[in-house]
Amino acid sequence: MKVLIPKSKPSKGAVGKTGLWRTSKPVVHHDKCIKCVICWAFCPETTIIRFSDNSVDIDYEYCKGCGVCANECPVKAIEMVDD
Amino acid sequence: MTSIKQLPYEEYFLAGNGSCPGCGLTIGLRNVLKALGKEVYMVVPASCSSVVQSPFPNSSAMVPLLNTPFAAAAAAASGMVRALRLKGKDSVVMVWAGDGGTFDIGFATLSGAAERNEDILYICYDNEAYMNTGGHRSGATPFGTYTGTTPTGKKENKKNVPFIMAAHGIQYVATASIAFITDLYDKILKAKDMKGFRYIQIFSPCTPGWLLPTEKSVESAKLAVQTGIYPLFEIENGVFKISPPSKPYLKKEKRKSLTDYFKIQGRFKNLKEEDIRLIEKWVDEISEEYSSMDGKKVI
Repeated sequence: MKVLIPKSKPSKGAVGKTGLWRTSKPVVHHDKCIKCVICWAFCPETTIIRFSDNSVDIDYEYCKGCGVCANECPVKAIEMVDD
Repeated sequence: MTSIKQLPYEEYFLAGNGSCPGCGLTIGLRNVLKALGKEVYMVVPASCSSVVQSPFPNSSAMVPLLNTPFAAAAAAASGMVRALRLKGKDSVVMVWAGDGGTFDIGFATLSGAAERNEDILYICYDNEAYMNTGGHRSGATPFGTYTGTTPTGKKENKKNVPFIMAAHGIQYVATASIAFITDLYDKILKAKDMKGFRYIQIFSPCTPGWLLPTEKSVESAKLAVQTGIYPLFEIENGVFKISPPSKPYLKKEKRKSLTDYFKIQGRFKNLKEEDIRLIEKWVDEISEEYSSMDGKKVI
């Protein structure tokens, strides 16, 4: 007899493209960025991409637009704009 | 002490999960998993985390994870850790439970596992109510808070579970906050290398449940520490120690005003002037008590 085990497999976007939930989107002003990576550490969604030189970019496919990164940025290098 | 730049790049909790925008839980969970690495087995009782990890057949967690009924997390983890040790595996077994599954419904099995000193890392993410069911009061809800079942504000104080756990005689108890990520990371690293039962409670705001603007979740967690309402400490083998982020705020003149903390959260809309004075008096008392206990054996 075959036994079915209700086992889930890890995958990105497990509930779909969560970027569609967004009403405003964060935009990084790279000229102001001091590469402190605070936005990356506090992103609830893992959608801030940190590069090896500590510069950051945003994965708009999954970013839910909560605005935590813009609120926590010490130099206000992230701006929330209507999406 | 680890700095933010020293946090590892690897992610074990993936993007596109089912959490609300600005969720405190996922900020905590992804950084906890960074500290624990790949060799961890998670046990999750009914809570927001059961939903956040996403519906079958997908999962956002990159580590093995067992979902259990509300009351069974610590019991299931006890069985799991014993089975792993019999198989000769030395992996960490972590329970990731909400405050409802820790303070109220899961407390019997939690207390049992702590008394048996099972080799479990028990983490409670404390969002101060049953947020997954729509925001009902729990033992973790503080005085005066609006929830679905306390529309005029809760009349009782929050249960002091970290001290109850320390009274079980376990070797490590700590409180942490998602706003002080490096302090949280260091506490997890410390607990990871210990054997026996360890309890860590993480303050993690809930944006819909606290009627909080989504961008303010980290800010409100920071204010909870800076106003002294949620002190961060460790109790290691009965010795109480205030953690560095909370240390300056033991002094009354350094503490920020409680009204700053209350006004950004809709859940405190019922607080009257005399309620705020009462909470202020309580914060003063607790801070004084904690400063006198710092560095001493308390339990």
